[in-house]
Amino acid sequence: MTDAAVFQARGIGKSYPGVRANDDVSFTVAPGEIHALLGENGAGKSTLVKMIYGLVRPDEGDMTLNGQPHQPADPRAARAAGVAMVFQHFSLFDALTVAENIALGMENPPPRRELSARIAQVSQDFGLPLNPARRIVTLSAGERQRVEIIRCLLQNPRLLIMDEPTSVLTPQEAELLFATLRKLAGHGTAILYISHKLEEIRTHCDRATILRHGRVVDSCDPREHSARTLAAMMVGGEMRPIDRSGRQAGEVLLQVKDLSLPAPTAEGTALKSVALTLRAGEILGIGGVAGNGQDELLSALSGEARSASGSILLEGADLSRLGPEARRTAGLLAAPEDRLGHAAVPDFSLTENTLLTAGARRHLVRKGLIDRPAARAFAQDVIRAFDVRTPGPGTAAKALSGGNLQKFVIGREVMQAPRVLVVNQPTWGVDAGASAAVRQSLLDLAGQGAGVIVISQDLDEILELSDRFCALNEGRLSAPVPTEGLTLDQIGLMLGGAHGMEVAHL
Amino acid sequence: MIDPVALFLLLLSASTPILFAALGELVVERAGVLNLGVEGMMIVGALSGFATAYYSGDAFLGFAVAALAGALVALPFAILTQFLMSNQVASGLALTLFGLGLAALFGKPVEGVRAPIMSVGPLGLNWIVWLGLAMVPAVWWFLNRSRAGLILRGVGENHDAAHALGYDVRRVRLAAIAFGGAMAGIGGAFISVATVLQWTEGMTAGAGWIALAIVVFSNWTAVGVLAGAWLFGGVTVLQLRLQAAGVRVPVQLLSMAPYLATIIVLVAISARQKFSRRAGGAAPGSLGQDFHALR
Repeated sequence: MTDAAVFQARGIGKSYPGVRANDDVSFTVAPGEIHALLGENGAGKSTLVKMIYGLVRPDEGDMTLNGQPHQPADPRAARAAGVAMVFQHFSLFDALTVAENIALGMENPPPRRELSARIAQVSQDFGLPLNPARRIVTLSAGERQRVEIIRCLLQNPRLLIMDEPTSVLTPQEAELLFATLRKLAGHGTAILYISHKLEEIRTHCDRATILRHGRVVDSCDPREHSARTLAAMMVGGEMRPIDRSGRQAGEVLLQVKDLSLPAPTAEGTALKSVALTLRAGEILGIGGVAGNGQDELLSALSGEARSASGSILLEGADLSRLGPEARRTAGLLAAPEDRLGHAAVPDFSLTENTLLTAGARRHLVRKGLIDRPAARAFAQDVIRAFDVRTPGPGTAAKALSGGNLQKFVIGREVMQAPRVLVVNQPTWGVDAGASAAVRQSLLDLAGQGAGVIVISQDLDEILELSDRFCALNEGRLSAPVPTEGLTLDQIGLMLGGAHGMEVAHL
Repeated sequence: MIDPVALFLLLLSASTPILFAALGELVVERAGVLNLGVEGMMIVGALSGFATAYYSGDAFLGFAVAALAGALVALPFAILTQFLMSNQVASGLALTLFGLGLAALFGKPVEGVRAPIMSVGPLGLNWIVWLGLAMVPAVWWFLNRSRAGLILRGVGENHDAAHALGYDVRRVRLAAIAFGGAMAGIGGAFISVATVLQWTEGMTAGAGWIALAIVVFSNWTAVGVLAGAWLFGGVTVLQLRLQAAGVRVPVQLLSMAPYLATIIVLVAISARQKFSRRAGGAAPGSLGQDFHALR
């Protein structure tokens, strides 16, 4: 297999000031193979593929593509050599049309009319319907990804790199993507697939190269291993299993009745008569594809947006017209999705960030003056309890890595002993170790008799944590169903219903 | 008392300086750079064009030098914002102040002299007026039909994506800023060499600011820029005619009219259409943001 390798890397190394991003990385990708690159955040996956795509140059080591030395000076050279890449955060131009976006990703695009015809041709061949004249802003996440994929396909790549492509897709859309990748692989294209979703890699990839701290720690057939052993290889050591025991649903804590709010911005989503009931000791999972009202629901619950009186009741008290600070005092806390800029002020120290949400509830402000020692002590408690890796509470929030900051902002709310905690995307972009810690803390909180609402796009997370599940779809919340015995497929159907999926075209 | 055809021809002349400056700024902003130094580049163009025309006796050479000078004076702005990551708003304002001061200092020797006569083109209009009109479809074609224009729009829309695809964001922006400077320079020179025929300190009189406003008003399109320039030029010509006809309105109010009209239209438009991207607003996605490539 290796003698006919499409791509081979030998002894690749790359250093940034203070960090060894890649060290002696070697692996090969065979034609028609879907090869997974697996690792935690910061394991060096992105740096590695950036070198293959010509965005970064390696310090040492060499690469070959189709037997030829591969040293691209820039992405154009890489594309000319037959490498194509679909980015994690789409590299699309919102205001431009599909055809213009595709033209920008090609070396020598044909004239407009011909290009449109070829886009139509390729999108039909692969069952990815797309209208070349539409502007990107009007497309859904799945459709945007199609644009990226078709942009790559038009160049007949030898090696296609996909950087966490399913993080924004519904399960059905992801299935569609894998069907497309299979077809491509059938034509002999090699695919380098980056992800940290283990199940997905186990079912769809032929080989996996596992990176940890910039080094290759193992290379295996992922189908022969369980998700747990793969995770152990990624993290280096056994993962602590999630402990769900010791929870019992108690009295009703939070009641939301007929909550409707207009869309806050032109791009936002209106909430349409959302209703839910949350009991003590219960975790309610709310799933949905991004942009279906998650942010709006969180701000309605946290108090950033106020709703009609009587729509939000905490233990019988009406909070609908109160702001965030008053709701916190009453015991309803929230941690928004965007940790840097929404949950935390980037330039503030951790102590100052603690004050922002814990000031009233933890009595860190007395007679209008900040009790610095108390705030510092509380920040220190959060850091210790949640194993936040940082020099100390005086560090600026923006200096923390994503996972560490996420542990801090979740810990800050959990340690205030809320009656109800609402979190949005609690482990988005967080590595496996930190995710497990965050999830366990939410379970423990519920175990202590609080109610927790987890809004997430990660369905595995919802299945793992929650007792009941609701789907959020275009601002409407479905009736809850018990998570016990629920499959990913059923959830996908609940989410996908009105999302305009086009599975039938394949 | 006012012949509409003659009025229209006058309007074409009166709108030329801002048409040039606004078309240039349009390209700059479509590349994602907000250059508030239009006024400064115009006044430098006005002086250098006028001085060249006066000393050489060739007005067209004056315009060429004005274009060059406009591009050159924009260069420090480009270096500050693209390479040293300075704030674009502050650097642009500095460029305006710098240009005004520089022109006032070096303009002393040519105060009070007259520019050479220019040969006129068809319909008795200055050739530069025709050039300006030709630039409208040219800029439109460049932005919407050419490969280079597509790359430029891509850079302005999402510079990180453009970088990821391998386009040199800074080089594209550098070229756009130089082009904007050249166009502003020609616009400024039109005032001194073809309209007033003299050099006076501060003679651009806020035309650069109007040009900036017109780019927003145009929703970042070449045709919109033409409409905005004609609106401003039209009200300018009309108020001059009204002054000449001795209408009983204070001169100050009449002189104010073109600026006032532009502002009112601008406010009306931005109030109605929220410049939301879905509503068809076309403000470039990366406008005014610093680009810092991580290597």
